[in-house]
Amino acid sequence: MSQSAVSDPAVDPAVAADARQPRLASRGALVAALILFAIFAALPPAATAAGDPFLVVTATRIVIYAIAALSLDLVLGYGAMVSFGHAAFLGIGAYSVAILASLGIGDVVLQAVVAVAVSALFALLTGAISLRTKGVYFIMITLAFGQMAFFFFVSLSAYGGDDGVTLYSRSTLLGTSALESDVGLYYTALVVLVAAFFLLRTVVASRFGRVLRGTRDNAVRMQAIGFAPFPYQLTAYVIAGALCGIAGVLLANQTEFVSPAYMTWQRSGELIVMVVLGGMGTLTGAIAGAVGYLALENVLSSMWEHWHLPFGALIILLVLYTRGGIAGLVGRIFGARP
Amino acid sequence: MTNLLLLQALNGLQFGILLFLVAAGLTLIFGIMDLINLAHGVLYMVGAYLTATFTAVTGDFFLGLALALPTALVFGIVLERLIFSQLYDRDHLEQVLATFGLILILNEGVKMIWGAAPLSVPVPDILSGSVPLVGPLRYPVFRIIIIVAGLLTALGLWVLVARTRVGMLLRAGATNAPMVSALGVDVKRLFMLVFGLGAMLAGFAGAMVAPILSVEPGMGDSILILTFVVIVIGGVGSIRGAFVAAILVGVVDTVGRTFGPIVLRSLMEPAAAAQTGRTLAPMLIYILMAVVLFARPSGLFPKKGAA
Repeated sequence: MSQSAVSDPAVDPAVAADARQPRLASRGALVAALILFAIFAALPPAATAAGDPFLVVTATRIVIYAIAALSLDLVLGYGAMVSFGHAAFLGIGAYSVAILASLGIGDVVLQAVVAVAVSALFALLTGAISLRTKGVYFIMITLAFGQMAFFFFVSLSAYGGDDGVTLYSRSTLLGTSALESDVGLYYTALVVLVAAFFLLRTVVASRFGRVLRGTRDNAVRMQAIGFAPFPYQLTAYVIAGALCGIAGVLLANQTEFVSPAYMTWQRSGELIVMVVLGGMGTLTGAIAGAVGYLALENVLSSMWEHWHLPFGALIILLVLYTRGGIAGLVGRIFGARP
Repeated sequence: MTNLLLLQALNGLQFGILLFLVAAGLTLIFGIMDLINLAHGVLYMVGAYLTATFTAVTGDFFLGLALALPTALVFGIVLERLIFSQLYDRDHLEQVLATFGLILILNEGVKMIWGAAPLSVPVPDILSGSVPLVGPLRYPVFRIIIIVAGLLTALGLWVLVARTRVGMLLRAGATNAPMVSALGVDVKRLFMLVFGLGAMLAGFAGAMVAPILSVEPGMGDSILILTFVVIVIGGVGSIRGAFVAAILVGVVDTVGRTFGPIVLRSLMEPAAAAQTGRTLAPMLIYILMAVVLFARPSGLFPKKGAA
C-alpha cells in the first residue's frame, strides 16, 4: 500500500505541482539548481577571501552527499522505492578505492569504473530479489542487504575490518595529482555532481523516466496499459547504485580513510532524510536536502555536544508539519501551489 | 562436539527468545496499526537502563525489574500519545523518518542522563551459578531463567491473543482496523494498549539481558535490525511467525558462528576456511532472510488478506 501512498498526488505537493505545471515547475527547479551550482563554483575563492579554507572541506562533503542523495532520489522520489540500504553503495565505492590502491591501481578513473561495475552488479543482484517484494517488505529487505554489505566489510580483516583502513594518498586523476589539493578534489566532485544532475534530468524526462514515474503514481494502471514495472524499477535501482558508488569513490578520497561506518543503516537513514528534507522527486530538492542536512549538522554539532537531540526533534517536526520538504516550501513561497 | 552443539543450540534458543520478546511488540504494532517503528529497539535499550538504575537504587535485581517494567509501559504510552498517534495515518516513509528522529533523540538522551560509558548489572546471587545438563556440560542458571521467562511470556501472549476478548479485538484489528472501529470498539485505546504492551515486552527483553550484556547507548540499534529480519521472515503481523522466525534466526546465527568455520574446514584449506567463516557468519541470517523472501515474498506465516 505504501507504494502508492508515498506519492499520492493528493498528498504530495511536489507531485501535484509537477503534474499541474510540468514545464514551469521544471524550469524553476532548473534555475534553482543552476543558482546552487554557481554558488558552489564560487565557493573556494570566497572561502580563501574570507580566510576560511576549511569551508572547502565541508563543502566537498556536502557536494559528495548531494551526489548520493541525487542517486537515492531516482529510486525513492521517482520510483517510490524506499531503499533503506543505499549507504552500501557508498561503502562499495569507498572500498573500491582502498582495495585498488593497495593493489597499486591509484587512478580515480579506473577506481570509478570498478566502483560503478561492482555497485551496479550488487544493485542488480539485490534489486532483483528486493523488487519481488513490496512496501514494508521492500524497506526491510533493502535494509538487510545493506547490513549484509556492512558485515562483509567488517569481516574483511585484510582491510582493517571494523577499524577501517587509512589511505596513503589520494587517487591520481589521469596521472595528475589534481585531487591532492582540497580545491582540486572539490571541483572534481562538483563536476561529477553537475554531470549527475543533468544525466538524471535526462533520464527522468525520457520515456524510461515517464514509465518509472507512471509506475510510482499508479502501478496497476501502468500494468494495465502494458508496461511491466519490474525491468524499469530494476534499471533505476542499478543506475542509482552505480552513481552512489561514484560518490563513495569521492568520499574515500575526501576523508583519505575507508571504514564500514560508511554503510551503517543509520547512514542510509540519513540519506533518506536528505532526500525527503529536500523534497522527493525533484532533483534540485535532493541537492538542497543534502546541503540543508549537512549545514544543519555542522552548525548544531559545533554548538552542542548533544546536538543529536535537537536534530532528531527537528526531523520529527519536519515530518509531522511540513509536506514536500524544502522544494515544497520554496514552491509554496513562490506560489507554485495554489 | 555434541556437547558444544547442544550448548550453542541452547545459546541460540536463548538469543532467539530475546529476539522474540522484542519482535512480538514490533510485529503487533505493525500488524494492527500498520506502523513501522524504528524506535522499537531503543525501547529495549530504555528497559535495560531502567533496570540498571532501579537495581542500583534498590540493591535488588528483582525489585529493579519490578519497577522497570511498569515504567517502560508508561514510557511507551507517553511516546504513543505524543508522537506515534500522529503517525498512524501517514505513509510508511514518514513513519520511518519520524521514528528515525526519535532514535537520535533517545540515544542521545540516554547518553546525557547515564553517560556514554557502558553500565553493568550484577547477576543476582540466587541465579548466578550453573546447573549440570548432560555429562560434563553445565549451563548458567541465569540463561535458563531467560529461556523459561521468555517461553512463559510467549505462552501468556498466546493466551492473551488467542483466548481473551482483548485478543479477539487485536486479531480483528490486525485484519481490518476500520471495520473494528466501525463496530464501536475504541480503537484509539486499543492502539495505546498494544503500544504499551509492545514497549513493555521490549523493555523486558532489555531488562533480562542487562546482567549478561553491557548496557550502553545504541544497544537497541543492532537488535532492531535483527528484529526486522525476524518479523520479515516470520510474516509481518504474525505472532506465531515471529516466534518461529526468532528461534530460527537465534539458532542459525549462534550455531552458524561456531559450526560454520568447522564445516568449511572440511571443505577447504584452513586459512581460507577461517576467512570465509568470519565473512559468512554474520551474514548468515541476512542470507536466510533473502532466501525465505525469494521463495515466499511475504514471509513464512503471511497475514491473511495481505498481498
